[in-house]
Amino acid sequence: MINRIALFGRGALDTLASLGRATEFLFRSLFAVPQIATGFPLLVKQLYAVGVLSLAIIVVSGLFIGMVLGLQGFNILSDYGSEQAIGQMVALTLVRELGPVVTALLFAGRAGSALTAEIGLMKATEQLSSMEMMGVDPLRRVIAPRFWAGFISMPLLAMIFSVVGIWGGMLVGVDWLGVFEGSYWANMQSSVDFGEDVVNGIIKSIVFGFVCTWIAVYQGYDSVPTSEGISSATTKTVVYSSLAVLGLDFILTAVMFGDI
Amino acid sequence: MRQRTVEIVVGGFVLVGLGALLVLALQVSGLSPKSAESSYRVYANFNDIGGLSVRGQVSLAGVTIGRITDIQLDPETYQARVEMAINESVDIIPSDSSAIIRTAGLLGEKYIDVSVGADETYMKQGDTFYGTQSALNIERLISNFASGK
Repeated sequence: MINRIALFGRGALDTLASLGRATEFLFRSLFAVPQIATGFPLLVKQLYAVGVLSLAIIVVSGLFIGMVLGLQGFNILSDYGSEQAIGQMVALTLVRELGPVVTALLFAGRAGSALTAEIGLMKATEQLSSMEMMGVDPLRRVIAPRFWAGFISMPLLAMIFSVVGIWGGMLVGVDWLGVFEGSYWANMQSSVDFGEDVVNGIIKSIVFGFVCTWIAVYQGYDSVPTSEGISSATTKTVVYSSLAVLGLDFILTAVMFGDI
Repeated sequence: MRQRTVEIVVGGFVLVGLGALLVLALQVSGLSPKSAESSYRVYANFNDIGGLSVRGQVSLAGVTIGRITDIQLDPETYQARVEMAINESVDIIPSDSSAIIRTAGLLGEKYIDVSVGADETYMKQGDTFYGTQSALNIERLISNFASGK
């Protein structure tokens, strides 16, 4: 009995210590003195790996989600004879919620897991410690560019997702189901507010980008340097990122749109 | 891949992302430089605004001429005081015009319709509408009808 309690307490302390390490890690990599000359090419390379290579999955998912929204929305709205409101429905759903959230979930699966596995393998093959031996700070050389790349690409990806989704909704609603194109855009423009909806959506995606990348690089950096450790770190990245995104989304929505 | 190619592709990615922001701003949310047109404030007192909200439309003959900017309760008269921003180009609302709350469609949003008067002088910054007509409240209509008033 006592042993079980001790085990539970140790688990709690381990979690707490891991959270502390993660925070220290975050500050050390964020506030590492940037070296523009050497740092910028590294950042560009990571932007390519994290952002550009995620484009395909983001565009395809955005298109299909927009099309599904158009189809489902049309079925429900046509019961009330107000299928013109489909543009408004598709745009608000995408810009406020699905754009940032689905992009973050896909990002965690596509880019976050890759970041964790890459950094974890670097650690397992002792590349990180040999960098330290050579006097190169791995936080500055390896972690910081990846961190900033995720931070920058997430809002861009989320905006691309929303735009493609709105276009997909138009494809189904206007071209296929025959809603008048003018009312699709007019309804949308009269109900979507730039400051209230678009900017809040971008703020959400910035927060998600921050959290997802933080979890991904930290799990890689803190992984047990064995093949088993890397696999469990990669799993943890996806699970923790998804949970953090969905939980934070509720809090952010309550603050932004909840009128409380 | 060569460093230069990577740089070009990343540049294209950032450009596409910013392009998406532009589409969201101009096409989706209808933000345009035109909406920054200068305006003047007028007021109207209603007994019941019944679901009118800030950012709602103010229209005259169906044409949008302004937006509702603020709604407050007047502590002395217990009426709702609605502040509207009317576009500067529409400076020809007669002083005895009245403001009427109407509903767009059956279940649509509430908006303010300006019913034009016949006065020779026009409303200017800070003026209050001469007459108002409150929102049509169906429940109240039914209860009035039932009690025979």
